[in-house]
Amino acid sequence: MKEFFRRTPKHFTPGARSNGQQVPDNMWVKCPSCGELTYVKQLNDNLKVCKCGHHMRLSAREWLGLLDADSFVEHDTTLAPVDPLTFVSAKDNYAQKVVENQERTGLNDALISGRGVIDGNPLQIAISEFAFIGGSMGSVYGEKLARAVEQATRHSIPLMTITATGGARQHEGVLSLMQMAKVNIALTRLAAAGLPHIALLVDPCYAGVMASYASVADIIIAEPGARVGFAGQRVIEQTIRQKLPPNFQTAEFMLEHGMIDMVLARSDLRTTVARLLRLYAATPRHKHPTNQHARLNGVERVYAK
Amino acid sequence: MTILTPWDKVQLARHPHRPHTLDYVKALFEDFTEFHGDRRFGDDAAMLGGVARFGDQTIMVVGHQKGRDARENVRRNFGMPRPEGYRKALRLFQHAERFGMPVLCFIDTPGADPGIQSEERGQGNAIAENILVMAGLKVPIIATVIGEGGSGGALAIGVCDRLLMLEHSVYSVASPEGTAAILWRDSAKAPDAAKAMRITAQDLYAMQVADTIVAEPEGGAHTSPELVIAAVGAALQVHLAGLSRLDQESLLEQRYHKYRAIGQYQEGMHRSVFGTDGAAELIRFS
Repeated sequence: MKEFFRRTPKHFTPGARSNGQQVPDNMWVKCPSCGELTYVKQLNDNLKVCKCGHHMRLSAREWLGLLDADSFVEHDTTLAPVDPLTFVSAKDNYAQKVVENQERTGLNDALISGRGVIDGNPLQIAISEFAFIGGSMGSVYGEKLARAVEQATRHSIPLMTITATGGARQHEGVLSLMQMAKVNIALTRLAAAGLPHIALLVDPCYAGVMASYASVADIIIAEPGARVGFAGQRVIEQTIRQKLPPNFQTAEFMLEHGMIDMVLARSDLRTTVARLLRLYAATPRHKHPTNQHARLNGVERVYAK
Repeated sequence: MTILTPWDKVQLARHPHRPHTLDYVKALFEDFTEFHGDRRFGDDAAMLGGVARFGDQTIMVVGHQKGRDARENVRRNFGMPRPEGYRKALRLFQHAERFGMPVLCFIDTPGADPGIQSEERGQGNAIAENILVMAGLKVPIIATVIGEGGSGGALAIGVCDRLLMLEHSVYSVASPEGTAAILWRDSAKAPDAAKAMRITAQDLYAMQVADTIVAEPEGGAHTSPELVIAAVGAALQVHLAGLSRLDQESLLEQRYHKYRAIGQYQEGMHRSVFGTDGAAELIRFS
């Protein structure tokens, strides 16, 4: 009888391989949502959005395609993590984990930052790499982001963050928690200088990062279907011991509850961000000579008013 | 005498008879007048706040409030605020700034409430707004961890000029149960997490996150609450006097550098994003 009531798997595709998305020769990619196979070239041309509308995850490197060709100048490429807690447990060795992730991703840590241009508009940009320990924010992530915010303030350019993350990095303990304060305190000076912060929330975007810079940006954009929230769904289910509503913690849910400004398809992203950058470049606050003066003389001046 | 393990300290920090925020408020301040509500949605009993007199100064006090028995704990949601609790705190921070009152915060929470309604009302945003506003608040802020400081739910009233921690208090990026669940999908491994995470007051002092440790009586704060409350009062007095001497600009400048300096990293090998997966150029937005 039990067999009779068992639910059939949601996305069952006959003959599909169960071991990962990639089919051997890497020419075809299987959509994790609908199970459809798409030729890789066609998928890339469609910005890795499946015909079903599912937005597949992009690497930090792939996100650079949002910028004008060859405009990106990367900053702080030598900042690397240490193991401040000498975190070792039966199942986890942080120092080893870092080395493995560095070798696998080619990056020092989970955030890249630098200066770029979108449709002629310069901006400071910081992008998380989810493949590096779940895009988690530790000391390096926090320091690089705080520096990026300060760079934007100093050079009077807008800031854009693109974030996919599980939250603060557990392995650096309270130091990770304090990065939330560090990044936000830097953001107070960007705001005082009249410069906008545009945040793009990408699947998934959770916890300590949502509880710091990502949810207080001036303009918050999320990708369709992205899971966005504070507490993880396992934690909530354990606490309340009931099933969660189907669209809970999606971008669309956040929009409905007034937490974000818009849900944007990847195909509309570049034109929308370019339009916003033009609009904010033309505000009186931004053009005001006193503010220019304050910025040119260093960020400290902004508190004087 | 045995040396306490980090997990022992967690038990002490959570001891049901340990003095809670209201105990400090009643003993240290005069004319405490509680304020309620966030003016947006509701009032949250897990977050306590109001004005009071401390010595000859009017101050704003804000703190997590746990219950002493099951019934009160349900009412106080075990000291886990919902967004309206954080937004009440936010309102009181801004109120304090408007009237030039120093802010004294008492931290004692396992974390922010993880529930459907809290998510619907923007728990992440509520915490983030508080961190942002406290970062730039133009009055002195002193935060004291009196029990447990769990994650963003603690930091949301914890951005400060001076961080005091009781000798057996703990403070970390997540509760030990939370960390064990996140890393190992097994909250029963909490004692291991407590050890690995360096969550004790002594650890935080060594990492230069905590500024002062307030000694507890032998046996822990609950064995003689009046002693530990008096010690906290004396420490608050000293730090408040020091901070009150600073002009606004220096206060904010020092706070900026306090947080800007937290974190440990190295100047390691150059690794550029351009050194990663070469096929990436194939994605071009238009």
